[in-house]
Amino acid sequence: MASVQEVLSGNRLSLARLLSQIENDTPDGRAALSELFPHTGQAHLIGVTGAPGTGKSSLVNQLAHYYRHPPENKTPKRVAIVAIDPSSPFSGGAVLGDRVRMRDLAGDPGVFIRSMASRGSLGGLARTTSGVVQAFDAAGFEIILIETVGAGQAEVDIARLAHTTLVVEAPGLGDDIQAIKAGILEIADILVVNKADRAGVENTERALRNMLNLAHPVKRVYRHHGTLETVPAVPASTTESPEQESVWVPPIQKTVATDGTGVPELGDLIAQHKAHLEQTGDWEGRQRARLQAELDGLLQIILVSRWRDALSPERYQEVLEQLIERNLSPRQAVEELLNGAPRS
Amino acid sequence: MSETERKIRVLIAKPGLDGHDRGAKVVARALRDAGMEVIYTGLRQTPEMIAEAALQEDVDVVGLSILSGAHMALAPRVLELLKANGQDHVQIFLGGIIPNEDISKLQEMGVTGIYGPGTLTDEIVRDVRKGVVGEVSN
Repeated sequence: MASVQEVLSGNRLSLARLLSQIENDTPDGRAALSELFPHTGQAHLIGVTGAPGTGKSSLVNQLAHYYRHPPENKTPKRVAIVAIDPSSPFSGGAVLGDRVRMRDLAGDPGVFIRSMASRGSLGGLARTTSGVVQAFDAAGFEIILIETVGAGQAEVDIARLAHTTLVVEAPGLGDDIQAIKAGILEIADILVVNKADRAGVENTERALRNMLNLAHPVKRVYRHHGTLETVPAVPASTTESPEQESVWVPPIQKTVATDGTGVPELGDLIAQHKAHLEQTGDWEGRQRARLQAELDGLLQIILVSRWRDALSPERYQEVLEQLIERNLSPRQAVEELLNGAPRS
Repeated sequence: MSETERKIRVLIAKPGLDGHDRGAKVVARALRDAGMEVIYTGLRQTPEMIAEAALQEDVDVVGLSILSGAHMALAPRVLELLKANGQDHVQIFLGGIIPNEDISKLQEMGVTGIYGPGTLTDEIVRDVRKGVVGEVSN
């Protein structure tokens, strides 16, 4: 496919068009992704999540700026940004406004920003976000910043996609009970307290620190579709180091995303996290868990759709009516559809 | 696996220096409610920034809101840059205060719709949809 070659050689228009194909899940898009897949696996995927209004977009803007203009004599990295905003559950439309905070990046050919609507997906990402990220990875972007939908407590898909997940908090968003609930704070590799020039920042930081002190440092094991996904154990060669050293305790970094305060320090922490993942073998572990989740997810979708294609709509309607009349329970209805002989 | 329904993607931008963005927001909201995906870029965009965003976002349509009187400079420049980027198919519409004598000139340059104060948003939605769907089917 000609467009795949163009994407690999850095053609931005071809890349933009391919991203639409992937987003729309067209046959061309699927074929191109398969062709690009061997070129993926190079980029550092950094997730940025947190409640609406905590300053995720501004922080992503600052981080991209940091990677483009790194301190000392480090070489700038090519940065892709995938920014996801919600679709309306009623019209299916969306207003994607994350670019408003990213105007500093305009005119830099080493940056590519793509806005995505969630299109009905509930985990904080769109269903095709991982495909879009793979395309950026194959196209040679070394850093991929993925900004989720403004997330509440349960939108944790990003932790499965990204190597490093930043959870952004801001002063005044909740007390220490919020901080011990399960969910979004648990997935943080780095906790960012943004808007650190505001009153109350000490309280937020203290609540988060207490939360971390309560937690036992444990190795991450992701639950996925109700089944346990075990990230493979640390290879034998590195297990000699004491357990404490191989467990990453999420650091807390204060930032002011509007002026860039704390961003170089955050950049250092992200680099440390990457080094930690590589050292402990977790980098491969996370890749493995992510690809397995993608495999299982796709299997489910494709199995269901193939089975639906083979099922007559009349038969489905018939069972649905029985369910609605409460002659069958939902589980019985499923069994009826899967196993039951069609009624004569 | 069924294909996701193709969404119309629209970039709404405010080039130039005036700060009146209510019109742009009203139009963005109306297009959203019509099921489109609207990328909103905010105030004080240069034509270069608009063309770059249109490319990265692979939009079908660009809507420019201009109330500064600079439309005869800004709109042709955006059109020129879109073409230079290979996005010849992208349509441009204009909202704001555009004097009558400029309307035909802008249309000749390739601006597909020009909407002044009092335009019904339904009209803009209909034109955008017609322009894009018509373009896709031929």
